[in-house]
Amino acid sequence: MTAAVDRMSEYLIETRDLAVSFGHVHALRGVNLRLRPGRITALVGDNGAGKSTLVKVLSGVQRPTSGSILLEGREHSFTKPADAHAAGIEVVYQDLAVAPDMSSVENLFLGRYLRKPGLLGRLGVIDRKRMRHEAQAAFDALGMTVQDIDKPVIGLSGGQRQGVAVCRASIWASRLVIFDEPTAALGVVQTEKVVALIRGIRARGIAVLVISHDLPQVLEIADDIVVLRQGRDAAELDPASSSVRELVDYMTGAKEGGRAA
Amino acid sequence: MNETTTLARPGTGRTRSSVKDRLWSPQMLLLGVLVLLCAVFTAADSESFANAMNWRNILLDVSVLTVLAVGATLILAMADFDLSIGSVLVLSGVVSALTMSALGDSAGSLLLGLVVGVLTGAACGAASGIVVARFGVPSIIVTLGMLGVAQGIALLLTNGVDVRNVPRSLVMGLGNGNAFSNIPWLAVIAAVIAIVIGMMLRHTVFGRNTIAIGSSLEALRRSGTSVVAQKIAVFALAGALYGLAGYLSLARFSTTTIAGHGSDMLDAYTAVILGGNSPFGGMGSVLGSVIGVFIPVVLRNGFVIVDVQPFWQQIVVGTILVAAVYLHRARRRG
Ligand SMILES: Nc1ncnc2c1ncn2[C@@H]1O[C@H](COP(=O)(O)OP(=O)(O)OP(=O)(O)O)[C@@H](O)[C@H]1O
Ligand SMILES: [Mg+2]
Repeated sequence: MTAAVDRMSEYLIETRDLAVSFGHVHALRGVNLRLRPGRITALVGDNGAGKSTLVKVLSGVQRPTSGSILLEGREHSFTKPADAHAAGIEVVYQDLAVAPDMSSVENLFLGRYLRKPGLLGRLGVIDRKRMRHEAQAAFDALGMTVQDIDKPVIGLSGGQRQGVAVCRASIWASRLVIFDEPTAALGVVQTEKVVALIRGIRARGIAVLVISHDLPQVLEIADDIVVLRQGRDAAELDPASSSVRELVDYMTGAKEGGRAA
Repeated sequence: MNETTTLARPGTGRTRSSVKDRLWSPQMLLLGVLVLLCAVFTAADSESFANAMNWRNILLDVSVLTVLAVGATLILAMADFDLSIGSVLVLSGVVSALTMSALGDSAGSLLLGLVVGVLTGAACGAASGIVVARFGVPSIIVTLGMLGVAQGIALLLTNGVDVRNVPRSLVMGLGNGNAFSNIPWLAVIAAVIAIVIGMMLRHTVFGRNTIAIGSSLEALRRSGTSVVAQKIAVFALAGALYGLAGYLSLARFSTTTIAGHGSDMLDAYTAVILGGNSPFGGMGSVLGSVIGVFIPVVLRNGFVIVDVQPFWQQIVVGTILVAAVYLHRARRRG
């Protein structure tokens, strides 16, 4: 702890004693999470451990009851989704991630459309050409191919649609992308492809937080693993020297207090 | 890991919608049906159906209904329903007519009548929108309530008797006058409304958000957009359009026609859905709705001309509406 001041800048995002209560239900009871740039951190925990609640706090959907969030060492308050967006934090959800009737291009810019310059832009006229151009660049950067970026995404496969959501996160995130069970609804091949996209985001020096119940997958893709149990960060593990057995032991409380990272 | 991730499915190499695709759009199909319908009525009685006077009548009917259908298109784009269309039109017309008959026949009176009519509609729409968006009551219920409330207020204000002293200059000018050659002013106004709202839906942030709400409210909410404010604004805008339609209806009929708008909602939604708009939201083809408007209007007009009881129009239109929604469902399920 003495080196904490020097190491501050090492973390993009840090939470300190983050707590959330819903009346008598204590969803989070003091979570200390540290996320570094260019690393994939996996968050695992049993049902009800508080994973989704933590995501909601980090994305500005849920206000913490107590505790703080630090952005590059400085305290920051998140009261609405726009605050998280402004801080460069994006979330990819398992479901309802895209608007099915809208094109891939529009989905990348959903709610944040680029406007034409000048008076037209101030009247709210969107700049399709520029959005199309930037969308294509984003798909190319992540090595993703969509046949027709102007067609409604309802015509795409589940994996492709999730790919569109990942690309959206990647163009808007400057600090952190959170994945809440991004591959839970996908088959093996599609999962592989989304995992590749996640690695592509890491390669750009952005911090990645992945929530998953798929423990073998977690061991394979994560650089760090944080185990959440009953609203607390129960352990921090190094995937290289850990196993599914060990993760389960920490998740269930059979083992306590691991600090391997 | 491999450098390029190809999420492409094999075998679908097309990149742009082909000409064949475009020709087979629901709007083109609808246009074909419309032409066929006109051909049938012309064949049945070409003298009465296919003359300039009758075309002008059809155009006048289409005009008022178009303004309503554009409003319904906005609401349906959000996957919401508005059952209060006809009664908001009536209430707006009543408020407007009472205002103008109190002020007499002057340019100022006509203008003020327009303003209060549109504002009445907008207020009804905003009220429905607030209850739908803020309190989460389904729009079909809220607007069913508004149907009763608006109708009731209209009857209270008039004691159930139509207001007939609509300013003459409004009726002669806007209601019966032509903008150029045989094209009535009402048609020009309806066309302008359709073009402006159609462009807005396609090309502006407001329009795209309207469609995004219908496609996935949750996805839009997560993007940080205030879906509540957006919904209220769209309901208010649609209400304003019903209000304008009420004013145009006054100009056309020179009376409030309180009891004459029972089938407006049926006609408007049939037009919107025949026009290729999904009953499940996420679309917003104003062009389709405008073509669609001709179907119920031409049917009613044609039935009168070929001596079929006009009541048949409602039976046919109601059936078409249900069939069209069924086809949408079938298509959605693939
Ligand atoms: N809005 C809420 N009101 C009351 N209790 C809540 C609310 N949201 C979450 N909780 C409770 O907080 C606890 C943590 O829930 P959370 O959804 O964060 O768990 P989780 O780790 O995401 O679980 P899962 O793996 O099932 O998704 C649970 O006991 C849950 O019932
Ligand atoms: Mg969860």
